[in-house]
Amino acid sequence: MATVSIRDLEIEFGNLKVLRNLDLEIEQGEFIVLLGPSGCGKSTLLNAVAGLLDVSAGQIWIGGKNVTWEEPKDRGIGMVFQSYALYPRMTVTGNLSFGLQMAKTPKAEIEKRVARAAEILQIQPLLNRRPAELSGGQRQRVAIGRALVRDVDVFLFDEPLSNLDAKLRTELRVELKRLHQGLGSTMIYVTHDQIEALTLADRIAVMNGGVIQQLASPKEIYRRPLNRFVAGFVGSPSMNFIDGTLAIEEGRAAFALKDGTRIDLTGYEFDARPEHGRPATLGIRPEQIDLEKREAESSTLPVNLTLMEPMGADSLVWGDVAGTQFSVRIDGDAHVDTPSSVDAWFQPAQASVFDLATGARL
Amino acid sequence: MLQATSRATAANAVEPSGPRPRSVTAGRVGLYVFLAFAALFFLLPMYVMIVTSLKTMGEIRIGNIFSLPTEATIEPWIQAWNSACTGLNCGGIKVGFWNSVRILIPSVILSIFIGALTGYALSLWRVRGANLLFAVLLLGAFLPYQVFIYPLVRIYSTIGIYGTMTGIVVTHIIFGLPLMTLLFRNYYASLPIELFKAARVDGGGFFQIFFRLMLPMSTPIVIVACILQVTGIWNDFLFGVIFAGRENLPMTVQLNNIVNSTQGEKLYNVNMAATILTALVPLVVYFISGRWFVRGIAAGAVKG
Repeated sequence: MATVSIRDLEIEFGNLKVLRNLDLEIEQGEFIVLLGPSGCGKSTLLNAVAGLLDVSAGQIWIGGKNVTWEEPKDRGIGMVFQSYALYPRMTVTGNLSFGLQMAKTPKAEIEKRVARAAEILQIQPLLNRRPAELSGGQRQRVAIGRALVRDVDVFLFDEPLSNLDAKLRTELRVELKRLHQGLGSTMIYVTHDQIEALTLADRIAVMNGGVIQQLASPKEIYRRPLNRFVAGFVGSPSMNFIDGTLAIEEGRAAFALKDGTRIDLTGYEFDARPEHGRPATLGIRPEQIDLEKREAESSTLPVNLTLMEPMGADSLVWGDVAGTQFSVRIDGDAHVDTPSSVDAWFQPAQASVFDLATGARL
Repeated sequence: MLQATSRATAANAVEPSGPRPRSVTAGRVGLYVFLAFAALFFLLPMYVMIVTSLKTMGEIRIGNIFSLPTEATIEPWIQAWNSACTGLNCGGIKVGFWNSVRILIPSVILSIFIGALTGYALSLWRVRGANLLFAVLLLGAFLPYQVFIYPLVRIYSTIGIYGTMTGIVVTHIIFGLPLMTLLFRNYYASLPIELFKAARVDGGGFFQIFFRLMLPMSTPIVIVACILQVTGIWNDFLFGVIFAGRENLPMTVQLNNIVNSTQGEKLYNVNMAATILTALVPLVVYFISGRWFVRGIAAGAVKG
């Protein structure tokens, strides 16, 4: 178990700066998820922590030791890859014990550790098989086992579930969480899947363009996104964004749409004093909108509904607000007429307002 | 619409269902006839060689080179193997055969091993200037061999390996290296890079990863390399005649000496038998591994 500390890290490939002045402090036993679209530098960061990439500037500390120039094997890390990367010509036992053999661990100790890892991951019946004879889920279990036997302090996961089908992904996700609870090791997990991020993480680092946009708990990321990118990337279906301007009248904040409609924002906690007339974007998640009942501190919003998408437990209703595409999530049993124009309600305290130009939360 | 449908039905007569019936077109027939003739044409010299090698000299003098032997004899084959003369030596072509084998085995093993190692280093370890190094190596593959011969002779005689077994083996290794490196570099570059990363995280060093992980995965490309090197080195004449020395002349050189040494009558049957014997090794390699052979040629094409 160890802390991981990334200080002022910079990585460039040729002239392309993939990571810039990146700082990240990870506590002992924490489960950190690096979340972002492809090409945002999250895998690059993970490879740098593993020691598989040379850094251009900055330092990496693991367990209070500066490992910036250390070989991967000396960093106390284990890594699990998206493509499993099992050694094809070795049996499962061979795969699990390869690292220990490299470290010249005594034979009896190797057997003990392989048996323990196999028990934790429930792969005992597979020990004499080759990777080609395993299913995707079994392969990934063996890949996790390879890190497990080495008693590493930090686990690195590079999109480990992306190659699995949806059902297996959900199962292994739960297993990973259980594993983390049982071992208490520090884990860094790269994914572009926000559900994985929200379910697994103690803290999520949302990345874009080589920069960490927000580092916070899943709840915080979901409830109070720091900027428009985070707001739009996390959440499915994505948050609704409506452009307009802020209007302050008699000390009450409101949001003016392009067509002049005023939406009351009383109850929204501004980070700074709002200015009248500032161009802004109002963000409301589809599930934060009600079509039927009106709560005490709700505001109203005129919506044109055009299309309904039933998804089982709930339904998604598509339409527009003042010409901007808009979606509302309603109960699966509820029904709305389309097309129709109705009033929708939301609680301003749950919504987000961003600066139109910078995208930062207001 | 209706008209179109009825016309289609009339043309087919049968409702399409199940596997589509195969039709033999005139083009197909023509193609097979052409291929058959082409095969016969290329097999003709082989036929003449085999037939001639089984005839007595008396029968050969009659001159019907396409006719089958009236009384087949394997005497020319025995003579070619055991007692054909090159100048004053009459030991047959078997001396050259064993020389070729002695040259072949270390040359093939070492050139493949070194090629695999350099290919592995160039593709997976980010060696500084790896691309430049590789380009220089490839250039070596495209320069004509003749350019290197004189300098090599000088170098070998200075370090004392000119005209020795070591000399000829080293020559084959050097000239095999560009192609072998290319082959293995491309093969290793096509493997998932995560495999290599995982091995590094597991603590494997340069040679440990090579021997424990990469080499066991290289079977297909090793077979291809073997085919290329065995046929290439066995068929070599130039290096053998220059670098091997009088004691180690390979089979190809000896065959040339047998065929070209004129003492009275030319023994066509013996010459034919000796030629077939010499060509036998690449031929066997080709017949055993036809599929791999084609892949070897394809793998030689530059990719990546």
